[in-house]
Amino acid sequence: MSAPGGGGFLVLQDLGKSFGGAPVLRKFSLSVSEAEIVALLGPSGSGKTTALRLVAGFETPDEGRVFVAGEDLTPLPPERRRVGMVFQHYALFPHMTAGENVGFGLHPRTVPAPERRQRVAEALAAVDLAGFEDRKVTALSGGQQQRVALARAMAPRPKVLLLDEPLSNLDPSLREKTRRELRGAIQRAGITTLFVTHEQEEAFDLGDRVAVLHRGELEQVAAPEELYEAPRTLFVATFVGRASVLPGIWSPGDGGGGRVRLEEGPEWPAIAPDPLRAGSRVEAAFRPESFAVAVAPRDEFLPARVAARRYAGSTAYLTLALPSGREVEAVAPPGGMRTGDAVFVGLFPEGPAPRAYPAGPP
Amino acid sequence: MRRAEPWRGLPLTLLLLWLVCYPLLLTFTEALGTPPTLRHFGELLRRRDEWLALWNSVWISAATVAISAAVGVPLAFLFQRLEFPGRRLLGALVALPVVLPPLVGVVAFLFLYGESGFLARAVQAATGSAEPPWRLAGPGAILLVHGYSMYVYFYLFTRAGLARLDAAYLEAAKGLGARGFRTTTRVALPLLSPALTGAALLTFMTSLASFSAPYIFGGNFRVMTTRIVASRLNGDVELAMVESLALAAAALAGLALMQRTGASRDVAGAVRGIAPGRKAIGRSGPLVTAAAAVLVLFLLLPHATLLLISFVPRGTWRAEALPPVLALSNYVALFSEPERLRPIANSLWMAAAATAAALALGFAAAWVSIARRSRWRAWLETLIAIPWALPGTVFAVALAAAFSRNAPWAGRFLLVGTPLLLPLAYLVRNLPLTGRAAFAGMRQLDPSLEEAAAALGASPARRLWRVTVPLLRPALAAGVSLAFITALGDFVVSILLYTYETRPISIEILSSLRLQETGIAAAYGVLLAALSGAVFFLWGGSAELGRAEASPPPG
Repeated sequence: MSAPGGGGFLVLQDLGKSFGGAPVLRKFSLSVSEAEIVALLGPSGSGKTTALRLVAGFETPDEGRVFVAGEDLTPLPPERRRVGMVFQHYALFPHMTAGENVGFGLHPRTVPAPERRQRVAEALAAVDLAGFEDRKVTALSGGQQQRVALARAMAPRPKVLLLDEPLSNLDPSLREKTRRELRGAIQRAGITTLFVTHEQEEAFDLGDRVAVLHRGELEQVAAPEELYEAPRTLFVATFVGRASVLPGIWSPGDGGGGRVRLEEGPEWPAIAPDPLRAGSRVEAAFRPESFAVAVAPRDEFLPARVAARRYAGSTAYLTLALPSGREVEAVAPPGGMRTGDAVFVGLFPEGPAPRAYPAGPP
Repeated sequence: MRRAEPWRGLPLTLLLLWLVCYPLLLTFTEALGTPPTLRHFGELLRRRDEWLALWNSVWISAATVAISAAVGVPLAFLFQRLEFPGRRLLGALVALPVVLPPLVGVVAFLFLYGESGFLARAVQAATGSAEPPWRLAGPGAILLVHGYSMYVYFYLFTRAGLARLDAAYLEAAKGLGARGFRTTTRVALPLLSPALTGAALLTFMTSLASFSAPYIFGGNFRVMTTRIVASRLNGDVELAMVESLALAAAALAGLALMQRTGASRDVAGAVRGIAPGRKAIGRSGPLVTAAAAVLVLFLLLPHATLLLISFVPRGTWRAEALPPVLALSNYVALFSEPERLRPIANSLWMAAAATAAALALGFAAAWVSIARRSRWRAWLETLIAIPWALPGTVFAVALAAAFSRNAPWAGRFLLVGTPLLLPLAYLVRNLPLTGRAAFAGMRQLDPSLEEAAAALGASPARRLWRVTVPLLRPALAAGVSLAFITALGDFVVSILLYTYETRPISIEILSSLRLQETGIAAAYGVLLAALSGAVFFLWGGSAELGRAEASPPPG
């Protein structure tokens, strides 16, 4: 079977997988260009790790195929796929040194000893661990182990690199630095990379594009900016970044635009990613920056009370309780409003427009 | 890893069914006789002496548990909770009997406390009496020997449990105002209940299967194992089979009962901190050391006696309190006379072959079950464990029944009277030791290690050889060394299945005793103990001491 169109270097085509009758991945398709880094982002149980394991060959898909550079990998066992993998807990062989771990993928039959030594040294140097060949892996710090795991995965020069929650095992203080190093090392190698994470910041920082998974299905794949500014589904809107949701009725306007008559009362402009029928029930998602907060009443503003206030340096996040009992989150200058204050909340014209999605069954 | 094919592990399951269950099944059907009747079962139920033997087996085992706990638990607290000079060495010496084959312990006991033993002679020499001052026979003698050799299980399990105990619990009790005694009885012992249940189970099963002690010290007091052997040696094969099944039923009932109590009292520790530190003993330290040393000496005195007697040449020690001559002649005889060397060679090759095969089967079962996710995992694990739950006598009778005729189409081969039957029996008995060690090791292995090797391009064989096997080596070494020792010193299976060509050391010890060659018997015993100890301590088995997975099967 030939590779599907789209020109992707790594292509996942309609992958499906169930465990014990429960589907964990449904019709999952993704195309990754050569040297591109794509993050699989989703909550636990969303199927992202299963997708990664299907690419690695540790699981067999119930349906669908995996292509790399046009070659169908689906029937191949893991050892013949030339796919490098960094495991969540690194899976460094505890009975081998760092050098032996890195050299493990360079089989003595195909790579002669002098070349092997040199490639191990290069791989370790590439992750800033030159001279660590004889160290016991159990004696290394978490960050060093992570880098040995990366060097080990890269040393055989795989066609695709897979990373399973590569930073989750590290101290928060170490994560940012390691993330930068990881990005640098992958980019220098120019390797097509797919990595799994449940942290948005990690996905945005490392990924050229981010694929959001939810309940085994792909919700959206896009560059971080697009994902944040133009989420295609309500799930993406609320999972990626912060968003408040208010129900209302849709009235379409020009293009994708229209207005939402909120149950709360006012009618605000909004954008619908998918066409919606006039009068249909929708859920509107608002970023904190979508709101403006005022101390005096204005047109199309709602009365609210400051239920909580979280100080974040240059701004403050306000949790505002509406008369209906619903709460929204808005961003405001740090000074001024206090918990318990009576305020008015409306749409901030320069802020991101709210986005309307079809409401689920009531 | 990848999707498991339904047949994966099936051939191994069938092989183990043939090896472990088929002989038992044949024993059952042949006990029915031809045409099948329940005559032998009825006979067993009617005969009072059979019931008595079964009852003797059960109560002796229960009493052994009590005695062993009474000795082993305090010893464990002494060596685990207190700090005094010499604690490490003495603590290790106390555990020594665990590596000694049961028969060696029994013979050593005989030499020290028997009616013509060291102590009796001393008393005779002191009183000038012509009669031995006591007779060491009957249930009291059996219990004494059992207590002497099986306290080790309680000692090791309790020490391991204490080492795993979280100090926070004891500190919490102390913080609430509890003193030492209350802390021990209300907090430490209940938390140790999984370890204590494990020790009780092992002691009960070992005692139920015990053959050497009742055989040598029982006299007219019969337990089920000695009855089975007597029936079998008297040629009443069907009765021996029925008796075996009765003993097997008792063993399984005991196992079920203990596991139920163990499960109901399972204590889940919520906190996981550091083990409690040892209490340093100030000025009374040397006193405790001396007391512990005396205790250890007392516990190891039989083995010291065995060593001494191995240096007594034949016919040189008659009425004296101490042997007048000590020489190496017994050892010289062992290694210079081909007929005496033969049992040593036999035991070594049979134990080695049986252990190697048991390792291969146990490892294969664990690997296919866990690493290859076989659907037959539950079957494989149960089959591997069955020989542990059943007394060796039962398996010996079953194997003798299964391999007494040649019918290859029915999976039966004539092995009785050939050199193959005894190693095969050792193999079956060794399966739980190697298999459980392999299963336990494999479970602890992070599956992503093998996946990592696969992702790096390693073939299944290379992954097995370079990653799985090296990581499992410590666990396997423990199982292998215990399996080898068990086979090397086996007596209970050997006495039913040996031929003159395959007679092992244990049988030779017995016949030397019958021929009044006590020095030779002792020298064999010392050799067996030395070989066992060397294998155990050199091969890293000691690291696994006290783990239920690595407990030797009853003998």
